[in-house]
Amino acid sequence: MKAAVILFPGSNREQDAARALRQVAGRAAAILWHADHDLPQGTDLVVLPGGFSYGDYLRCGAIAARSPIMQAVSRHAARGGLVLGICNGFQILCEAGLLPGVLMRNADRRFVCKMQHLRVENAASRFTRGYAPGRVVKFAIAHGEGNFEADDETVRAIEGNRQVAFRYCDAEGRVDEASNPNGSENNIAGVFNERFNVLGLMPHPENLIDPLVGGVDGRPLFEALAA
Amino acid sequence: MKARVTVTLKSGVLDPQGKAIEGALRSLSIDGVRSVRQGKIFDIELDGEDRDVARRTLSKACERLLANTIVENYEIEIA
Repeated sequence: MKAAVILFPGSNREQDAARALRQVAGRAAAILWHADHDLPQGTDLVVLPGGFSYGDYLRCGAIAARSPIMQAVSRHAARGGLVLGICNGFQILCEAGLLPGVLMRNADRRFVCKMQHLRVENAASRFTRGYAPGRVVKFAIAHGEGNFEADDETVRAIEGNRQVAFRYCDAEGRVDEASNPNGSENNIAGVFNERFNVLGLMPHPENLIDPLVGGVDGRPLFEALAA
Repeated sequence: MKARVTVTLKSGVLDPQGKAIEGALRSLSIDGVRSVRQGKIFDIELDGEDRDVARRTLSKACERLLANTIVENYEIEIA
């Protein structure tokens, strides 16, 4: 699997993503600059990492979504290529129109940085097939603007098409208001596009690949992509 | 030519920043404030003097960058 990680000014998790790909997928990822116009020939997977691209100016992800490399990422997605957006990468994908909805400021206005349980809602995709359906995993979250919002019609469509990848829940898998860290509609933590080749999620699977740093629940995602 | 673009959250969209400001006004004992919604203003200088062209340019700017029309409305004023 040939992967490319995009580095925007203000990204800060690109090395975490690259490390996860190297350790789990066994192959170094290319690191591309936002001003590049093309992906390397034969790229299978593009990862948009976490961080604060362009200092979150205007709206989180808004300016990065209009940078030159995103044209190439859109073409890659249109060809059916895989795209994974984590945290700020998720915000960028929504702003670029590659995923539905938008990430708003957390409902309680606080930046949340903690471990969070998630329920795997759709385990049939290229990204999530390493998990049993309904499995509860624990990922790290660290964001101030992770409140997923979309209009009612869009939410119905996302739910109807099974485009919800992960939902915030508690350790027992209960999805309710108490287990929702940021106010997201229907506790949505990650969504696919309609073709299931683009995934965006606020939590950080790339930080849960080594038992030394808190768990390995993120590994199946990268293993599935590499397989 | 000068123009002003105002971007506001659509009604019904939760505005935590507006809520925080509302609370701060209350704590300053500034009475009579029912609610606060925060928005953004862009003051923009444009080439040329054609108002229709200016409006088209600004509409494009709003649709493509200045507003996220999923959750925001925009208004264009040309001076």
